[in-house]
Amino acid sequence: MKHAVTRFLMSMAAVLGLVFAAPAGAAGPVELNMYYPIAVGGPLTKLVDELVAGFEKENPGIKVNAIYAGNYDDARIKALAALKSGKPAQLSVLFSIDIYELIEQDAIVAFDDIAKSAEEKAWLKSFYPGLMANGTFKGKVYGIPFQRSTIVMYHNKDAFKEAGLDPNKPPANWTEMAEMSKKLVKRDAAGQVQRWGVMVPSTGYAYWMFQAFAMQNGQVLMNANGDQTYYDHPAVIESLQYWYDLSHKHGVMPKGTVEWGTLRADFLDGKTAIMWHTTGNLTAVKDGAKFDFGVSMLPASKRRGSPTGGGNFYIFKKTTPEERVAAMKLIRYLTAPEQAAKWSIGTGYLATSQAAYDTKTMKDYATGFPYALVARDQLPFATAELSTFQTGRVRKLLDDAIQSVLTDKATPEAALKGAQTQADPLLRRYRSAK
Amino acid sequence: MHRTLLVHVYGWLLLLPAAVLLVAFTHYPAVASLAQSFYSPASALYPSQFVGLDNYATMAADPVFWKVLKNNVWFALGTVPASIVIAITMALWVNGRLPGRALVRMAYFTPTILPMIAVANIWLFFYSPGIGLIDQTLDLFGIPGHNWLGRPDTVMGCLVVMTIWKEAGFFMIFYLAGLQAISPDLEEAATLEGAGRWHYFRRVLFPLLMPTTLFVLINAVINSFKLVDQLFIMTKGGPDNASSLLLYYIYQVAFSFLDESYAATLTVVLLLILSVLAIGQYFLLEKRIHYQ
Repeated sequence: MKHAVTRFLMSMAAVLGLVFAAPAGAAGPVELNMYYPIAVGGPLTKLVDELVAGFEKENPGIKVNAIYAGNYDDARIKALAALKSGKPAQLSVLFSIDIYELIEQDAIVAFDDIAKSAEEKAWLKSFYPGLMANGTFKGKVYGIPFQRSTIVMYHNKDAFKEAGLDPNKPPANWTEMAEMSKKLVKRDAAGQVQRWGVMVPSTGYAYWMFQAFAMQNGQVLMNANGDQTYYDHPAVIESLQYWYDLSHKHGVMPKGTVEWGTLRADFLDGKTAIMWHTTGNLTAVKDGAKFDFGVSMLPASKRRGSPTGGGNFYIFKKTTPEERVAAMKLIRYLTAPEQAAKWSIGTGYLATSQAAYDTKTMKDYATGFPYALVARDQLPFATAELSTFQTGRVRKLLDDAIQSVLTDKATPEAALKGAQTQADPLLRRYRSAK
Repeated sequence: MHRTLLVHVYGWLLLLPAAVLLVAFTHYPAVASLAQSFYSPASALYPSQFVGLDNYATMAADPVFWKVLKNNVWFALGTVPASIVIAITMALWVNGRLPGRALVRMAYFTPTILPMIAVANIWLFFYSPGIGLIDQTLDLFGIPGHNWLGRPDTVMGCLVVMTIWKEAGFFMIFYLAGLQAISPDLEEAATLEGAGRWHYFRRVLFPLLMPTTLFVLINAVINSFKLVDQLFIMTKGGPDNASSLLLYYIYQVAFSFLDESYAATLTVVLLLILSVLAIGQYFLLEKRIHYQ
């Protein structure tokens, strides 16, 4: 059954490949196929088409077919299927955490191997270092940041006022978050909770939220080579204990898991005074809030911290030298300050370089809407999104551990030690030198 | 001689289009899955190789596999009998002479027309703690709210209720058709003999509906293993795999873990379960069915 699906997708991708592939070895214009995913709302395909049209105008010798490929999972499956069919795309935007999978499939090339001139080499260093962590493997750059995000904290200023708190001073550390949230919890006459203090979503992307807690407690969850996890580090166990305590000890978050998909509605409906969510929701909250709201960096324990998220550009290995050069030209154009600023404003994603925030377009936008800068200000504290070899399995082990704790099935220590014990054998074979 | 050969060729040609489609999209993938379950997954670093029954050993030692299998059994036990009972009840109800009969029939059938993805999105908000329809209704009676989908002890029950709501109307249509095929003479005869309504149902109607019940039963059981769309929207199998089902786990293994071989192994098991269930039901109930 599953096989039929794979084969169907593969044949579809093969057909697409045939339709769009450049005639092999023919002189004349270089043709590039690019898959890209969209994981947030809004008419983004139109924006991509505009950016690509701008590039083609400046570079008449290069023709670009930008192909919308669904969500991150769909895009990865399509790109890998196209690769197996022998008619791969030349470049794609894929999930930043797919890097190890793509390396294991020997599918992508390092940008360091294509960049020749000093100018091109300087370009590789022009992005925020926090966004490069997920795109770098053994010292070489494989992924260029494009649609990237972090987690931020949204708070309901009206609720803060009602609870006698300063609406412009959201909690800056874990203790403050627990204490303020206790004041923000509102109960009816019967003692039923009408409004919770804080909600952190724990379905779908539990590992991502948890990375923020762990980073704030001073500990990353994996190494840079993607072959080692630190799930059972004492600081990590302590972080999960804090998350658990928010509901079970402090009573400021509902027990059980908090649904990612409905959390924004909860916040907009006043069911929680504080929520942690992706910056990708900024525009939707801005449009939907009937109360005054604030956006701030996540609170600190030992330090501040949030994982990054989102998609990177990759160039595939099955390409001619001319195609690689053209692909890099396209990526350089799309990530240039002016385009990055336009993309950030249109989507809510981060602009990926300081130069983009220095453009007039971005400065004007930020003057009118300062919350657009919170994610960027948090970047110096950011860490790479959880990504290892066998990433799907290794990630799910952590998701399951977190959920088993939040639903009272296991203690933080037992759950995380169990996850680490299961992750180790999956990663062991990648540790021997290649 | 020559003529019979021609007839044979003619016959095979007639069968060819259907046969090609069946082989290409049903039989070949099933056999290919079986074959792949004996190999390790392929990647550039570690090419695929024959591993015998390794994938099956992994499966036997995989706690998530046993968990989703157990979940699936509970899901089937929860949805199948309840859907059938409700379907019969609704069919009997709308088969009678009541005003606005067409409207009621349509109302019962509506959930079937809706796509599962849409239904799941609606119910996700029904179950939402605090703001959801269910909690708001309970609140009217002063009953405290509950994190329905966020607790392992309630999440499966929630999915079962939603699935019954979605499925029962569909099965009702088959029972309705079955009821209409039963001659009203039988009811008159039974009444003359002094049989009560329950007795008439138990001794006459239900046995005559057995072919329908077999059909519905097989379909309901298969559906309980096949229908996982709601998980993508509502729970993603969580919390901690409490609501994950076998087919959803296969999807995760294939497209998130990118482990085609293990996914093939699980698929083989799913195929086996479904075949055994379908054949088993057929033989078990065959004797008790009165075909008219």
